[in-house]
Amino acid sequence: MNNKVYNNRAWLLVLPMLVLVAFSAIIPLMTVVNYSVQDVLGPNASFFTGTEWFRTMLNDSALQAAFGRQIMFSLIILAIQIPLGIGIALIMPKQGWQASAVLILITLPLLIPWNVVGSIWQIFTRGDIGLMGWGLRELGINYNITRNAGDAWATIILMDVWHWTPLVAMLCYSGLRSIPEAYYQAARIDRASKWAVFRYIQLPKLTNVLVIAVLLRFMHSFMIYAEPFVLTGGGPGSSTTFLTQSLATMAIGQQDLGPSAAFSIIYFLVILLVSWVFYTTIMHLQKDKNSQGGV
Amino acid sequence: MSYQLENTQQGEKYNTIFSKVPAAERRKRHSRSRLRKRLLLGTYIVLLVLPLYWLLNMSLQTNSEILGSMTLWPQNLTFDNYIGIFTNPSWYMGYVNSIMYVVMNMIITMLVALPAAYAFSRYKFIGDKHLFFWLLTNLMAPPAVFLLPYFQLYYSVGLFDTHIAVALAHCLFNIPLAIWILEGFMSSVPKEIDETAYIDGYSFPKFFIKIFIPMISSGIGVVLFFLFMFSWVELLLARTLTSTDAQPIGMIMTRTSTASGIDWGTLAAAGMLTIVPGILVVYFVRNHIAKGFALGRT
Repeated sequence: MNNKVYNNRAWLLVLPMLVLVAFSAIIPLMTVVNYSVQDVLGPNASFFTGTEWFRTMLNDSALQAAFGRQIMFSLIILAIQIPLGIGIALIMPKQGWQASAVLILITLPLLIPWNVVGSIWQIFTRGDIGLMGWGLRELGINYNITRNAGDAWATIILMDVWHWTPLVAMLCYSGLRSIPEAYYQAARIDRASKWAVFRYIQLPKLTNVLVIAVLLRFMHSFMIYAEPFVLTGGGPGSSTTFLTQSLATMAIGQQDLGPSAAFSIIYFLVILLVSWVFYTTIMHLQKDKNSQGGV
Repeated sequence: MSYQLENTQQGEKYNTIFSKVPAAERRKRHSRSRLRKRLLLGTYIVLLVLPLYWLLNMSLQTNSEILGSMTLWPQNLTFDNYIGIFTNPSWYMGYVNSIMYVVMNMIITMLVALPAAYAFSRYKFIGDKHLFFWLLTNLMAPPAVFLLPYFQLYYSVGLFDTHIAVALAHCLFNIPLAIWILEGFMSSVPKEIDETAYIDGYSFPKFFIKIFIPMISSGIGVVLFFLFMFSWVELLLARTLTSTDAQPIGMIMTRTSTASGIDWGTLAAAGMLTIVPGILVVYFVRNHIAKGFALGRT
């Protein structure tokens, strides 16, 4: 919309929201910043440490390892969920009771509390009482998520794919629904192949929702906590300990205020930076494409 | 070289346009690809439902049956696990607590997000773009970052272990999300509607409540769905800000694992019950949900 009116009284409409978000975001964030540069020894005993905590955190090898695992996890699930989600969206029925039924079924995993998702998969993959764990054992596969790091990783990725692919599929489905029927008719008249329809009609229309999907999935997977915590507890060893779990242990478990505050800020900045880089890259790509007169 | 390539492509296209495949054969191919689609989708749905079915299966068994043998469906159907939850206040209050803070959060978020989204969709004002971007950054903030300060903040203002504390904490990500989606829906309403209403003598509040809100009602339904979704599934903040009086169900579920082992049947039944509110909510918005997932921007 380019015909917006310039009116600073609009601030009055934004104000209640601003007060509330300030209470739940700015004040806490300032507290974090405050802790990150101090060493808090007691209620009234703290001294300024400058960037010391930041340096400690950046050089902490356990955190670096958790960071590496986190990046790898996010990349793997993006590589699986985005194509799979597009594929599912393409085969979902478009109308009738089947469409409603499929919609409701597919949305289900998104509405389950995250720790319950962990529990579901913990039960499902147990060798003694879980269908999947039992089935794999019967097939003669030595599968144990509490002992074998590879199995734990595979299970967590499978769980995340199960849990979040529906979001990508729903986003793509809603993108596909916005394509006018006339486009498909034109394609039929041209006898366009299925691939051509996908490449030149469907995919361009999906770009917007895919940007949202990738951003949301990246952000959420980067903050994953409850599911792996319940499923594996971060183990075996620390092979599935991701960043939020490291942070929660440090902040709540050990009450290390300074280091965990510094870690929080680094963590937040990394997510912001990656999202921003990703977003601007895509926008530039689109601009280039548009200026070349493409689709 | 490039000319040749172009030529062959053109030639192929030419061939497909005047393809000699008879209509009947084409229809057969069409129905075959339809069948393949259905099969693929069916497989996916089965895989999707399987873990949930397993949870349901376990929730209808006694612990001895769960641990005793591998049964693909309950041999001795029992509802004891559910009855146990519904007759024990320390269990079912967990659901009441969760629903209370979710509903509170939905009301608070809507009250502040509706006017703010209207401002963003209709007016330019100093710092509007920065404000909007800053709002979206809150969506990206890991809740874990706010764990400690929230705990201290709500403790110091005496809100610790109340429903409103969790509701306010969830505003951190729900308000930006609501504004983001609502702004999309509102921008698709023509501006002439506002102007006509003002000419007809409507005041802003009257116009907003009587005309504008009904026009974006499907958008509001979808936003409520998202607010419910993200508040209902969040546990990290909800757990940290409560201890006994407002404890969410997700936290109470951890009680099933005791020194004498895990009470699998009750855990499964409690898990099944956390899925029910979600099913109800998605059922109500099923016709608008496709548009809502595109955040009103298609």
